[in-house]
Amino acid sequence: MNAPTKNKFSARDFTSDLTPVWCPGCGDFHVLMSTTKALAELGTPPEDIAVISGIGCSSRIPAYTDCYGFHGVHGRSLALATGLKVASPGLTVLAMSGDGDGFSIGGNHFIHACRRNIDITYIVMDNRVYGMTKGQPSPTTEPDWDSALSPGGTGLSPFHPLVIALASGANFVARSFSGDIKNTTKIIVEAVKHPGFSFVQILSPCVTFRPDEKDWKNTVHPASVEETDDPARAARRIMTDDGMNTGILYRGNRAPYKPQVTGKGVETIELERQFEI
Amino acid sequence: MTNKAIPKKSVSVAIVGSGGAGSITAGSILLEAAGKTGWYGMMNRSVGPQIRGGEAAALVRLANHPVECTAEKYDLLIAIDWKNADRFAAEMPLKTEGLIIADPTSGPIPELISSSGATVAEIPIKELAKEIPGGRENMIAAGLAAGFIGLSVDDLMSVIGTKLANKGQAAIDASRACVEAGIAQSRNYDFRFEIGEADLRHKGRWLITGNEAIGLGAIRGGVRFAAAYPITPATEVLEWLSPSLTEVGGALVQAEDELSSINMAIGASFGGQPSITATSGPGLSLMMESLGLAAASEVPIVVVDVMRVGPSTGIATKSEQSDLNIAVYGFHGDAPHVVVAPLTVADCLYTGQWAAHLAEAMQVPTIVLSDQALGQSRVLMKRPANLSFFAKRKTWERTSEEPYLRYALTADGISPMAIPGTTGGQYTADGLTHSLRGHPSTRRSDQQDQMDKRHRKVADFDYGVHWGEITGEGETVILTWGSITGPAREAIRSLKAEGIKVKLVAMRLIAPFPKEALDQSLKGAKRVLVVEQSHSGQFRNYLRANTEIPGEIRHFHRPGPHNIGAGEIAAQIRDWK
Repeated sequence: MNAPTKNKFSARDFTSDLTPVWCPGCGDFHVLMSTTKALAELGTPPEDIAVISGIGCSSRIPAYTDCYGFHGVHGRSLALATGLKVASPGLTVLAMSGDGDGFSIGGNHFIHACRRNIDITYIVMDNRVYGMTKGQPSPTTEPDWDSALSPGGTGLSPFHPLVIALASGANFVARSFSGDIKNTTKIIVEAVKHPGFSFVQILSPCVTFRPDEKDWKNTVHPASVEETDDPARAARRIMTDDGMNTGILYRGNRAPYKPQVTGKGVETIELERQFEI
Repeated sequence: MTNKAIPKKSVSVAIVGSGGAGSITAGSILLEAAGKTGWYGMMNRSVGPQIRGGEAAALVRLANHPVECTAEKYDLLIAIDWKNADRFAAEMPLKTEGLIIADPTSGPIPELISSSGATVAEIPIKELAKEIPGGRENMIAAGLAAGFIGLSVDDLMSVIGTKLANKGQAAIDASRACVEAGIAQSRNYDFRFEIGEADLRHKGRWLITGNEAIGLGAIRGGVRFAAAYPITPATEVLEWLSPSLTEVGGALVQAEDELSSINMAIGASFGGQPSITATSGPGLSLMMESLGLAAASEVPIVVVDVMRVGPSTGIATKSEQSDLNIAVYGFHGDAPHVVVAPLTVADCLYTGQWAAHLAEAMQVPTIVLSDQALGQSRVLMKRPANLSFFAKRKTWERTSEEPYLRYALTADGISPMAIPGTTGGQYTADGLTHSLRGHPSTRRSDQQDQMDKRHRKVADFDYGVHWGEITGEGETVILTWGSITGPAREAIRSLKAEGIKVKLVAMRLIAPFPKEALDQSLKGAKRVLVVEQSHSGQFRNYLRANTEIPGEIRHFHRPGPHNIGAGEIAAQIRDWK
């Protein structure tokens, strides 16, 4: 691993030459920009960073970076990221996915990754819709959003990912808006730097299936309160806000997960003694 | 190696009692003491689904030669009590010349056991235990067994000292007194079951279970990361790996489910660390999608499936060989991969190590099909030899300014893999069909080329002589795989003693199908008996889908939970007119 050198890199150094599959105007373009800007600012060389994803529009992101990447199966980005980080603790590991991937099929992994508090950053591009399969409601979709799969809406209350993260033990919780590249970059930098499991929900409009989300740029607003290290306080605020409140909402101080490693590195032959009689 | 000068003998003992009564501890002490003396042996546990209060039986077989399967009939049955005896009685039929030891206060001997015609000795086990302060019935039972078998008292006492060390001197003294009381009781009877002279040419025994041996094999083979989700009967693989990986500088993580454990292992391996997980049938079903990802993205991974009776929850504590189909065919799409199967408990070490080597060398998911009969059996074996299999992945380092092609088409199909941290090697591993660089692709040529490459690396690999074990010769062949190998070998030994020559062909490599090697081994066969523990005959069907078996074929198969025994296999051959 190479030592991080501040300001040595530009966002270009973390961007690949592949053209994204995203629709023109997709919020995920901005998330890619913010992420690469944040990585440049962090100064860790691209070969020491891994971007891990699941399935969906947003999960295409690893190949658009010039880091190591893994585009896995639907919903399991956090499991891949966990194994990688434990086995290769020197890497900076980012898991990046969407609301369907992260909160529906990957919901169980989300809870347990927060609880495990491994030093990784989880960025969810939340557009409140399954885009790649052309417009089905996700766990964060409003109950009355009409679609072919759920005509008239699902009638279900949306999932509160930030509160779930807090209740499950995440060490850093933030919300951002993709169009606000400056603040999203700042939040990603802070999330990566903060030890333990950092969760960033980025509101990222789907201009194709949720054109109404183009208005998000007018409705998002920065959190009007100071950040806190009290999860109960943070949860209360998030539960009562309008869902468009952005900023770092919780910064905790739980010790990150460390696997039991004695560092002894004994020879295998030592292990075999236990079977001798 | 066998010692012709010493006649082979074995003695089988069942110690039964309600769960928690300590019959398993008693069996373990007998087994270990026998090992100290220089004998061989094996212990299986028969346990009910209850954690405590169900039935538990220690099924112990001791011999003066290596033992690869449990006994079909028992010489000695010691009942601490008869609670739930109806559930296990059918599993331990007694020899007519055998001996049943029962406590008269435990009630009548179940019909299924008394009908064997074995002699009954009524010994007040409970009362004897009560007479000793801190005395336990299971230790009286251990003493009785030791007395009737003629185990070395010194070795027994020494094993009790080490096994109970953490319980304090008072517990050790009480147990020793109980064992002595049991031995003293046995002297009142004429019955003696002799194991025969110990073969001391191969000194130094190992006492190990199949589940531990697979874990050790994997570590020997270079595995340094495991992801774990508990499931019977595979949990002990993971429980053994947890502290052991820590010792050798690796790590184990407990996952939230099998969907996660398989992906954790894939993630760790992507980072360059040879990785493993272990599960049983239901867990393997959950892992299948991600095994496809490992095949497509060419990330090496070892998955141990300790098979149990299925489908669904089935009988979690009993053995079956019915996951062959899912291991071979369970992937969606065409996904070349490797399936191997240990043949005996001792072979779990060899096959575990080989699996790690194969996975790493070919960058391919490798499934190890063990089963409950191997995994949860504890054997006394010869100290194993060191093997040269060691995980060696073909990795990439920058040697020119050309862009790195992760999935470059090579002659052997194996492409150098850049490990994260390597400068200039950045790529995205992908389950999407991809180009040589790993970029997502829908091109016809990329799908064709990458499929060809993934097929080639597995199909053209040199598996050498490790694909199977062939013993004996003759025109009559027993063709089997996995854990049936032990009883098949024993069947062949007893047939040989009757002058019937039978050859054994046992397959360790299941997929890719080792057609050439198998065809060669079956050349000239006139009669082939295919044996397996599966209701539908998965192995027979797999064989017939892949090759022409010469001569007349017979098929002996049934589902679990009753393991196929050596006597039954021998009878199949004997009755084949």
